Amino acid sequence: MNDTRDPYSVGAVTPRSAKFTVPLALKCGATLAGYELAYETYGELNADKSNAVLVCHALNASHHVAGYYADDPANVGWWDNIIGPGKPLDTNRFCVIGVNNLGGCFGSTGPSSINPATGKPWGADFPLVTVEDWVTTQARLADQLGIGRFAAVMGGSLGAMQALSWTIQYPERLGHALVIACAPNLSAQNIAFNEVARQAIITDPDFHGGHYYEHTTRPTRGLRVARMVGHITYLSDDEMASKFGRQLRHGRLNYTFGVEFEIESYLSHQADKFSDYFDANTYLRITKALDYFDPAAAHGGNLSLALEPATASFLVVSFTTDWRFSPERSREIIKALLDNRRNVTYAEIDAPHGHDAFLLDDARYHGLVAAYFDRIGAELAK
Amino acid sequence: MNTNAMQRADFAAIANWIKPGARVLDLGCGDGSLLRFLAEQRDSIGYGVEIDDAGVLACVNNGVNVVQGDMERGLSGFADDSFDYVILSQTLQAVRSSERVISEMLRVGREGIVTFPNFGYWRNRLQVMSGHMPMSSNLPYAWFDTPNIHLCTMDDFENFCRDHGVRIRERIVITNGGAVTLMPNLFGALAVYRFERA
Repeated sequence: MNDTRDPYSVGAVTPRSAKFTVPLALKCGATLAGYELAYETYGELNADKSNAVLVCHALNASHHVAGYYADDPANVGWWDNIIGPGKPLDTNRFCVIGVNNLGGCFGSTGPSSINPATGKPWGADFPLVTVEDWVTTQARLADQLGIGRFAAVMGGSLGAMQALSWTIQYPERLGHALVIACAPNLSAQNIAFNEVARQAIITDPDFHGGHYYEHTTRPTRGLRVARMVGHITYLSDDEMASKFGRQLRHGRLNYTFGVEFEIESYLSHQADKFSDYFDANTYLRITKALDYFDPAAAHGGNLSLALEPATASFLVVSFTTDWRFSPERSREIIKALLDNRRNVTYAEIDAPHGHDAFLLDDARYHGLVAAYFDRIGAELAK
Repeated sequence: MNTNAMQRADFAAIANWIKPGARVLDLGCGDGSLLRFLAEQRDSIGYGVEIDDAGVLACVNNGVNVVQGDMERGLSGFADDSFDYVILSQTLQAVRSSERVISEMLRVGREGIVTFPNFGYWRNRLQVMSGHMPMSSNLPYAWFDTPNIHLCTMDDFENFCRDHGVRIRERIVITNGGAVTLMPNLFGALAVYRFERA
């Protein structure tokens, strides 16, 4: 079994948990008395603790960024193709940290955790968390790990929004931000898709107003539809056409409402997989965090003013076929960074895969990330 | 696009004009070697615009800022007067809309700097006279695979500037790495100009 395994894998990894007892005032106005964050680390922190890289996750991912679990070898980290010894983010050189965001469902405190005030799962009572709240908790985790400053904070999609927010909230605590497949805020269309997803969940009779844990049921049907809608926005029209086209599952039309086209079968499979492991209350909150993210809002919509505090150097990457967060949205970020005379590298990768391209193998994309981390490594060595 | 020696002469001429610590935008910056040279020689704060993937990657390896994009689609991402110098090095002859690029250079920058192979150079004239499109170290392409679509002579460029409200501040003409002062439109292989809004 081992011989088929990726020789550049970080290997078997163990998730850890950090406990926080200092109350956390959230942006929504609520305060959490305490919470836990699940995280993983790969690679060694150097003596002066200057080689740490924080990897922030997107909608459905977790702290399990790279490697696999000894007792579940098929469970490979979500960005394993980019992180490992000899990979673009080289764990021989950097200490990489993945963290499950607050409100998540993979070990960090979230809606399915026990609310100490009631002794029952939080459910609907778990507050709405924001990108800024996540960044605050990530900074507190860094404090606990003794990391004053990250060599880089990196993320794709919603993860990239966190990296961007880091540069505003804690400019002195990171050297570089890698902002991949990002947007400075969601468009009306983006919010609309999220709202369809939320309505699918909320109107599922098994949702029980968010307190479904007590009914020992889950709004699986709603979560399935939510995932299908989301998944459509992650792929490009071309990619769907080339992958599925109008291919039929059974070679002919059956004139039923069952699965007939390959694309239906694919969506159904994705929906089954997702609804099996993801928590609906977490999904609702993460889509809201996406909707709310808008650092320019506090500055009259002026992103350049919002990014004024940022001192990090930036790598911004977009993908030509990403219609969810299109290259135009990344160029808004670039413009704001240029207005502030920040160091920037902006690449527009001509990849066919749509928004999902940030998770996939692409020689140009990975080559660029590798070169950028080489540069960061060279700076650290100085 | 050109030999290393030629490029160095071109770089040195540009570096001489650039004030220390200036903000520089290099259009069609390629692998970023000019920006790197200017950062080392003049402590400039540089950005490049490059359309080619390999160029962008090389810029990262060269440690210079780069924005991937097509400069011919305009420089809308760059604010008015946001640079001290906007440079177009050995690229003017390959751009489609020369007028638009020059006007964008002077919108974004206080000064523009261009370098281009002088089509009026006597060796080029001689090749045309002998019945062939010129080929040389400055013009290394055969007619059928050249990216150069808007070649001009120094006189042509100076006329262009006069007609388009562009004031030439200084020019340097280089042949085989040395400066040319006598009849530059005839004896100059490479022209380097700095200019501003008239």
